[in-house]
This record gives sequence, structure tokens and C-alpha cells, in this order.
Amino acid sequence: MSTLTQPVATITGLTHRYGKTRALDNIAIELPSGCMVGLIGPDGVGKSTLMGIIAGAKKIQTGTANVLGGDIADRRHRNAVCPRIAYMPQGLGKNLYFELSVFENIDFFAQLFGLSRSERKTRIAELLKATGLDPFPDRPAGKLSGGMKQKVGLCGALVHDPDLLILDEPTTGVDPLSRQQFWTLVNNIRSGRPGMSVLVSTAYMDEADQFDWLIAMDAGKVLATGTPSELKERTGCGTLEETFVALLPPEKRGEAHRLTIPPRVETNAEPAIVAKNLTRKFGKFVAVNSVNFTIERGEIFGFLGSNGCGKSTTMKMLTGLLPASEGEAWLFGKPVDPNNEDARMRVGYMSQAFSLYGELTVAQNLWIHARLYHLPAESRRPRIDELVERFGLGQYINDLPESIPLGVRQRLSLAVAVIHEPELLILDEPTSGVDPVARDEFWELLINLSREKQVTIFISTHFMNEALRCDRISLMHAGTVLACDTPNALMAARGTESLEEAFIGYIADAIGEPAKPNQAAAEPVVAAEPASEHPVSESWFQVGRMLAYTRREALEIRRDPVRLAFAFVGSLVLMLAFGFGITTDVENIRFAALDLDQTPESRAYVAQFESSRYFIRQPPMESHPEEARRLKANDISLAIEMPTNFGRDVKRDSGPEVSTVVDGANPFRAETIKQYVTNVNQLYVRRNPNHPSSARFPAHSGGIQTRYLYNPTFESVYAIVPSIPPILLVLIPAILMAVSVVREKELGSIVNFFVTPTTRLEFLLGKQIPYIAIGMMNYFLLMLMSIVVFQVPLKGSGLMLTVCALLYVTATTGIGLLVSTFTPSQVAAVFVTAILTILPTTQFSGLLQPVSTLEGRARIVGSLWPTTYYMHASVGAFTKGLGPKLLAGDLVCLALFIPVLTVLTASALKRQES
Amino acid sequence: MKRLINIFWLGTKELRSLQRDTVLVIFVIYAFTFAIYTQATGTSSEVNNASIAFVDEDQSALSKRMYEAFYPPRFKLPVVIKADEADRMIDNGSFMFVVVVPPRFEADVRAGRNPEVQVNIDATAMQQASIGAGYIRNILTDQVWSFIRRTEDKPELPVTVVVRKAYNPNGITSWFTSVVAIINQITTLTMILTGAALIREREHGTIEHMLVMPLSAFEIALAKVWANSLVVLVAATISLFLVVKTILAVPIAGSPVLFLGGVVLYLFFGTALGIFLGTITRSMAQFALLIILIIIVLQLLSGGNTPVESQPWWMQRLTLVLPSRHFVAFSQAIIYRGAGIETVWPQFLAVTGIGLGLFGFSLSLFRKSIAVSR
Repeated sequence: MSTLTQPVATITGLTHRYGKTRALDNIAIELPSGCMVGLIGPDGVGKSTLMGIIAGAKKIQTGTANVLGGDIADRRHRNAVCPRIAYMPQGLGKNLYFELSVFENIDFFAQLFGLSRSERKTRIAELLKATGLDPFPDRPAGKLSGGMKQKVGLCGALVHDPDLLILDEPTTGVDPLSRQQFWTLVNNIRSGRPGMSVLVSTAYMDEADQFDWLIAMDAGKVLATGTPSELKERTGCGTLEETFVALLPPEKRGEAHRLTIPPRVETNAEPAIVAKNLTRKFGKFVAVNSVNFTIERGEIFGFLGSNGCGKSTTMKMLTGLLPASEGEAWLFGKPVDPNNEDARMRVGYMSQAFSLYGELTVAQNLWIHARLYHLPAESRRPRIDELVERFGLGQYINDLPESIPLGVRQRLSLAVAVIHEPELLILDEPTSGVDPVARDEFWELLINLSREKQVTIFISTHFMNEALRCDRISLMHAGTVLACDTPNALMAARGTESLEEAFIGYIADAIGEPAKPNQAAAEPVVAAEPASEHPVSESWFQVGRMLAYTRREALEIRRDPVRLAFAFVGSLVLMLAFGFGITTDVENIRFAALDLDQTPESRAYVAQFESSRYFIRQPPMESHPEEARRLKANDISLAIEMPTNFGRDVKRDSGPEVSTVVDGANPFRAETIKQYVTNVNQLYVRRNPNHPSSARFPAHSGGIQTRYLYNPTFESVYAIVPSIPPILLVLIPAILMAVSVVREKELGSIVNFFVTPTTRLEFLLGKQIPYIAIGMMNYFLLMLMSIVVFQVPLKGSGLMLTVCALLYVTATTGIGLLVSTFTPSQVAAVFVTAILTILPTTQFSGLLQPVSTLEGRARIVGSLWPTTYYMHASVGAFTKGLGPKLLAGDLVCLALFIPVLTVLTASALKRQES
Repeated sequence: MKRLINIFWLGTKELRSLQRDTVLVIFVIYAFTFAIYTQATGTSSEVNNASIAFVDEDQSALSKRMYEAFYPPRFKLPVVIKADEADRMIDNGSFMFVVVVPPRFEADVRAGRNPEVQVNIDATAMQQASIGAGYIRNILTDQVWSFIRRTEDKPELPVTVVVRKAYNPNGITSWFTSVVAIINQITTLTMILTGAALIREREHGTIEHMLVMPLSAFEIALAKVWANSLVVLVAATISLFLVVKTILAVPIAGSPVLFLGGVVLYLFFGTALGIFLGTITRSMAQFALLIILIIIVLQLLSGGNTPVESQPWWMQRLTLVLPSRHFVAFSQAIIYRGAGIETVWPQFLAVTGIGLGLFGFSLSLFRKSIAVSR
């Protein structure tokens, strides 16, 4: 346990780059222990990077970080202290598994930290009670509100009693009541564990006021450190927000004047927006519930509420993006109609996420919008120049939006939204994550538009100080508007000092909970046992931890219909397509004769073809041009031309010559047809014992007997069908496996692997087991289809083939794991796995050409690819009827792939984010 | 007019976006050059290096003559094995063919006693087995007959048949596979480009942004169709002339313009399918999973890999709804057989019809999906 005298973390010379940008620039800082340390600053100043490094989730580039008495870059130290650190990354429920229930999520974390079953049960019950989540342990995490997600995340972080709790923007986008409850909870936990240090970052300055010690950051640098009051004193400012701006370097402070809002000029024009009982349902879920409001012309109307409370949905209904389930809305006195393009010319909309084209430069974005809004050609340039000038975009004109600061990007979005001079602007959280200075600049533009151009502005926000600037606001919570009035009137109505308190009051009323956190939650949460007693990080492999991953993965995939469908329907469909679509049988060859002789002999010759099962006779041809035409039109594949005097020549035995033309477009088919023709000719010769020449011809002097082993009728189905499962059992399990790991990378839950005591082997094997099971289910399904649908019997050892399949599927999922270590996105994982597996599987594994006929590189690739051995075993067991002894060789080879792949993947898997 | 202008400018935006996506651009270039070249030259339906063994129980001049007639590149040099090894070696895949020459074969041939050579074939290696067996039969017959002729002065076959292969007289595999490869790449690329462009817009939220502008779903969809089709068309044209015609020296019998006209019709279907898939899937990952299934089915059953005639009859009916099948049919007719519009118009019509139908359907789905998207 850390003492108060020693810092919990000491950082020196820490620099971290992402490409060219420096997220951290030579940071040196000491974090005091046993207290609540706050990191403050807008988005993108390096807060998250710093926290990730302290948590051990991010790899250090340069500099050192000493955490809990050791170098965090040292793997052994990291393993030793990671059970004492809890890390909750940024983003609502970022480290949670949305398909899993509340209980399952927390239970997963508890298993990783080696808690026994009974310990887990009591501890989780305790935590759920303390957080007020106890009524919904079975609700999927994805279906929780933002505030509840964060509470589950906190439970997951606290389940193992950490000494250092790292919370990255835990309350961003959460409604004020939940926010208040969240902090009360953290404080309760701290009072139960006084030695625990907490490192927390936030974008809300008012929250930071309650922390013990602050670090103000900007552009990768530490601006100042100290207690909130020390900082305020130093700058002589009243609020932390002002303090932060004052701490910024002078060139960033912007114009030092305070934002003033001139009074609005009332007009008598009809209202810009009227909403009456506007309701939107998604299935059973009511996102917006009977909302009413009227927005006057020229008004700045604010929508205040948390993430997911229905703000965006309401705005989308007003823009016509989303039809209302019930109720009506009018824009400028006309009902909202998604097909009314004139109405859209009067509205400008800026959605929550940056929604311009990242691939177009600032100028290109402006130009394309000018064109799509059909600005007259001569006024485009002046309008764009004007906007560039007024919105300060000049220096970024040829840059891509990704490379410009967030604040500028939002100004660009606004410029685009007003390019056609709309009368109404709908702005959905335009300032989230933007630093205070840029936010003020943005508001200045809005005020200007409203007061000078009489543009009506409908804006949503979760910043209280922005809400205060609106003419009127409407408080929204869980789909309903709680109140709607001027900010001052709302505060007066609740008799509160701040808008936040007023809002909390309204929410508490609405959900029937007291405004102060309930008493149950106020009890300090006491640690069940000291964490150090759990011998979690000692062993390099724990079955319990591995199975925790297995269980979780199995639950997740069982609840993901798309991946499940791909796994089973996919293999079903592909088996049918391959089985019926690939065949090397050449049959139903349509032929026609051009009989220039018309004698019994010539007709007998042609009839010989008709009696073969491979040929189908078509109406005869009259001329050479007709022959050419019919071949061209693919009406026939074979033309037989009986020469004049054929009958006479046969009788005279002067060796007549029949000429045939085969459609050569498909060379394999042409070659096969050619052989059939030659055979038919030989048959003709032999079957005519009365033929004048046959007496002189030694038809029986040396016959050839062809024996097609394993497949006497020589139908390709017996060869093809057993070859399909080997292809599908590499393609599908490998893709699903690769996607499952990369998905965690994309969604961010991989961080749980970085910051918990899980070892690589536990992680890999744990995730692999469910996919091996899926692979085996597929194997049985395909086996059943081969036997029942395609009627290909299994002649050899089924048991041995099943063992081979198990090893094969283990190897192929292993290939998926290996691919996942170097693919950045799920899409890349799918395509890279597909491309990498399809080529060697179809070309070098004996599907088309036996491996024994391959040479050089192809032979080497074939020998190093598991499909070769499984293909051999599958075809062997099905068609050749091979027994266990002859399949043993394949089994051994398949088994060898597993350790090799596991070692390769384990060494390629990164244990930290780079 | 306004609509056309919108479609045009939206399309240029698509092209600009694609141009910035280096990975996708490289993928397109790769798919239409190297991928086609390797696919055309790499696989072969020819018998190559076939492994063959002889069980020579005759040990005569004739039997020796028979196995000396097999040599590379078609066959590996034959290995003489013992009679009791034959089964095992064919079981474990060491040899595809084992020829058994019975004792006293030569003597029996001379005496006209009708002896038989036995050719054992590993029939699990279908393609190679069927062609290889034909070669073996011909080679062995030739050897026996020429042996007889030399000793007894017998004539050749009383009726000979000359088989001429039209359009590809030497049966060069790459002539066929290169065109199949282009067809497959066209299918794959149009679907991926269009679908990915749509999903990218949805994931980035730009689609919503467009919908609040005075634009219709039709304009947005059609802009994607023309821009992505143009990219694939240009790539396919370059590939046809540079890779297929120049580098692989495949003669194009018909009119390249007619073929490219057909490609345009098919591209319309491909982009419509891309829009369809981009609409019904929620994320890029789902799209990728789905597209793999669809591409494999579209390609395998198109007749490009195995002729449609070889499919079971019920499947031949079913595959009529696949535009890829008609595409393969008219491509082969134009490129190899030199067919003109008078021959291929039914296929052109089918591709257009299915493409239009799918486009209309995708468009209505696309409209609906936007309506319910959150």
C-alpha cells in the first residue's frame, strides 16, 4: 500500500508522438498519492495518452514513468502491480462488452483477477448495491444509459480493490444527476479505502473544482499543477474555466473580451419551428416522448441533456431525416416533409459527429456544398471568400479536415452549414470536446448570425455555461422535455443558484428519486480483502483466466446473429455452391453434324455419337456458314463434318478423314471433348466387325483397361465434395477468429487484456476455444451434408477424420489469430484472411493438382499449409476409404502446426498499445 | 437538369474520396494487373508433371518402349515399382497413375492374343485424372500399334478423325483464365468499392449530412453508380488491352467496344448490388463477411470456372437469375468466338433487366434505411 509521502507516480521526460503530432511533449510531473488528482484540458491535449501510459496500457516512447514504486516500462513490474491498478478508458462503456449483461461484465473482470466463485458473488452484489445497479444485473450493457454504463465500468474497475484508480473522462456525456451520483460513489469508495489514489480526467471544469490536486494540460504540455484554489489564486480568476484560459499561452487565449449577447429583437413573423406531441419509437424503445415546443424567429434555442436522451432524434425529426412516429412538426409554418427540397434550402444542419468529407480539403468541401446548394455561379466565389474570411479558415484552406484543430473543424462545419444563408440553423452538440477558447469563438459566430442576420438557431449541448447563453432552453431527459423557459426563469423556478442544480432537481422529480444520492449508496464500500492476498500475477498460465475469456467470447458470439449466421448459414450456402458449382464432369455436349455425304455409313458414324451419354444431338447443319454461326452462338460445342464420299471411302477402305470442330473457349472442356471424340472414333472402328477393313485391322491386339480407383464411375462429385470441407474449415473459422480479436482492438475492449494480469497464452487460447467449437460444429454439419445431400458415403475411418478435423480447425483458427496480430481493422482482417487463405488452399493443397505434381515454391507452400494434410485425410477417408493407419501421417503433420502457430502468434501479439 | 448537375458533382466527390484512399487505389491496380496475370499464368488445366509409375511384369522390349514414351513436362519420368507396392503408393498419393504391364505382354501381342494393359488412376484427382488418362491411353495405343506396324506392316486406323479446336487451337489455358479473371475482378471490385463507399459515408455520418441538403436518395445512389463504375471500367479497359491483349497475347476475336459496352451494363448491376449490401449491413465488418459469401457464389456459379452445362439441371435454371452467368456467357462469346450484338443481345438484355430491377429495389431499401437510421 502506498504512503502519503511517496508519489504514486513520477514521470520524467515523457514524450509521445502519433505520426507528426506530439501528444505529450517532455512531461515531468509527480502525482501525489492517496488523493484525487484531476487532469484538465480539452480534447486532444494528451490527457488520455498520459493516463494510458500510467495504467501500463500504452507503451512508452521516450521518457520514464515510475508507478507504484517501479518502472512501468518494465514488464515484470507491470505484471506485479497491474492487480493494484484499475483503469477505465475514455468513452461510455469503452471497456465493457455490450452483448454481456451487467453481472457478466463485472464477473468477467473478477475472474481475470482470480477471485473465487463465492468471493465474486458477494463482491459483485456489494458493488451493484452501492452503485444502485442491483435491480438490473441481467440487462445487457449495451442497453444501459451512459451513466449506468459508466457505473458498470467503475464496478469492473473496483472489483479487485485497486490502490490506484485511473478514470479517463468518466462523466463526459452523462446527465448531471448521474454525474453527481457517480462522484458521490467515488467519494464513498475512497472513504472506505483511504489509501487509494485516484487519477481522473474531465472536460467539465466545475467537476474539477472538487478534486484535491489538478494538472492543467494543453498541447501535450503541463500548464500548471496545484490545488484548485491555488490555481485560481495564482491567476486571479473566479472560476476554473477562466483560470484555465488564463493559464494558456497568450497567443491561444483569443481576444480577451467577454462574450456579450445583445438582446433579441422580437419579430411578429410566424415561428420557425413548432413541435406538437412529437414522438419517436424504435421498436419498443421510446426515444422521444411527446415533445412540444415553439421556437421563434431569430431565437437561440438550447436543448440541454445527456447522451442518448433524445436530443439528436428530435433534431433529426425536425430536419426530416427521421419520420416521427406520432405528432407533428412545422418548419416556417409548413409541415416537415422529407421530400420538400425547398424547405431544406432554408435550413442548415450540423450533426453531432464531424460530417464533412475527410478526403476533401477545406476549400473543396466549401466548393462542393456551394454547388450542391446551387448557389449562382457568379456568387460562389464571393460567398466562399466571405466565409473563409469570417470563420478564420484562410490558413487551412488547402488542408484536409483531419489535420486541422478540432475548433477550426467545427467552424468549417458551421461555414458549410450556412453557405446557402439558411434562415434556420440546427446544431447538434457542435462544441463537444472543443477547448474553452475555441468554444467562445464559435459562440461569437453564432451570436453574430442570430442577432445580425436574424438566423434562428436551435442548438443542443451538455455544457451548462453554453445553455446559459441561450435565449430559452429546454431540459431533456430520457426522451421527455422536463422544462422549457429562459435559463434564469428555470433557476428561479427551482430556487437554485446554478442551472445544473436546477436540472438535477427536474430530473430527480421526473424519475422520483431524491436529488441527493440515496442512503444505501452513501455507505462506504469496504474492500472485501486486501488485494495483495490474491496471488494473481504469479503464474504465466491460469486455466481460470483462460476460461473467463472462453466463456465471455462464447456468450458474445451466441448473441451476435450476424457472426453466427456467417458461421453456419455461410458454410451451408458455400457447401451447396461449391458442391453443385464445381464439377469437372464434361457432359451434355451439344453437337450437330454437317453431313455432306448422306450415306448409311455417314449416318451410322454420326449415330455413334448420339449413343454416347456425353453427347446430345442438335438439328443437323446445312452449310459451313451455319456451322460457324452456331458455334459462335454457343448453340453447339461440337460440329462434325462428314466429307463427301465418306461411305465410298469406307467401303474401299481408303482411310477417309472426318473433321470435327470443338468450341475451344474453355480449354479444359475442349480437351476433354477432343478425347471423347477420339474414343468414339475408336469405338466406331471396333464395333464394326463387318467393316471391310476390320479383317485386316488388329482391333484386339493390345487393349487398355482403365481402372478408376476409388471412384469407378469417375464422377467428380466423389472427389469434389470431400474437398470442400477442407476449404470451408479454413476460410470461415480463420475469418471469424481474426475478426474477433481485431474487433476488440477496434472497440477498445482489448485494453482489458493490456491492464489485467492476463497472459498472452491465456488470452489467445481462451478466445480460440469457442471458435474451435464452432469449427467442429461446422465440420459435423458439412459431413452430414456430404452424406445426405450429395450422397457421398464415408468409406474410411470417421473417428480418425474427426480427430484430424479437430487438429485442423485448431490450426486454422490459429492462422486467424496470427492474421489478427497485424491487421488494423475488421475489414482488413476479413479480406487479408480471405486472400491469404484462399490462394494456398485452392492452388497448392491438392484441390486441383495433387501436391505430388507441384514443383518448386508451390510445393513448399503446399507442404507448409495445413489444408494439404486435411484435404488428403478428408478425400482419403471419404473416397479412398483409408483407415486409421493411413490417416495417421496426416494427423501428425496437422498436430505439428498447432505449437508453431501458437508460438508465432504469442510472440507477435502486443501486450501494450503502441 | 438540376438533378444531373447534383449527380455529376456528387460523383466527382466520390472520385476524390477514392483518390485519397491509397490502400483501395493500390488494391484496384493490383486486382486488374498482377492478380490477373498470376491467375492467368499460374493455374493450368493442362496435365503437368503428372506422377506415373509402371509395374513391369513383362520386362520386354515393348514394355520398356512403353514407359520410355512418358517424359516431362506432361509426365514426370516414370518410376518402376513392384506389383505389391502399387496399391499403397496410390493410396498415399505418391502416384496418380500406375500402369501394370502383365507378364508375356509382348509375346501375346505378337500372337494376337488380346492381352490387356491395366491403367490404375487415382480418380480423386479429377481434372488431372481424366485428361491424363486420355493421354496415357493414346500414348500406350500408339506404342503398341506402331510396334505391331513395324513388325507386321499393318495399316493405320481405317477412319481417322481430325479434331480442330476453334478459337483456341492450342488450348492455351491463359487465354481462358485471363478473361475469367477480369470478369471476377469486375464483380468483386464494383461491389466492394460501391458498398464500402456507402458504409464509409454512414459510419462517418456524411450520409445524413447529404440528406439534409436538397438532394434525393436517387441522386446520391446514382452518383455512386457512375463514379465507381467509371473507375472499374477504366481499370478493366486498361487490363483488357494491356494485360490480356498485349502481355498475355490473347487474341480478342470480337469487338472490344461491344465487350466494354456489356461491361457497363454489368457494372450497373454490380454497383446496385454494392448499394444493396451497403444498405442492409450495419458495419464494414458485416459487409465484409457478407461480400465474401456473395462473391464466391456469384463467381462459382457463373460458368466461368465450370461450364454451366455441367451444373445439375435445376441449378442451371436457378443460375439464370445471376447476371454474372450472362456476363460470362457474352464475354466469352465476344472475346473468343467473335460474336456480335446479333448473338449476345439476349444476355445484354438479361443483365440490364436484372440490374435495373436490383437498382430499383436497392434504392427503395436505401430510402427506407435512411428513414430508420439513428
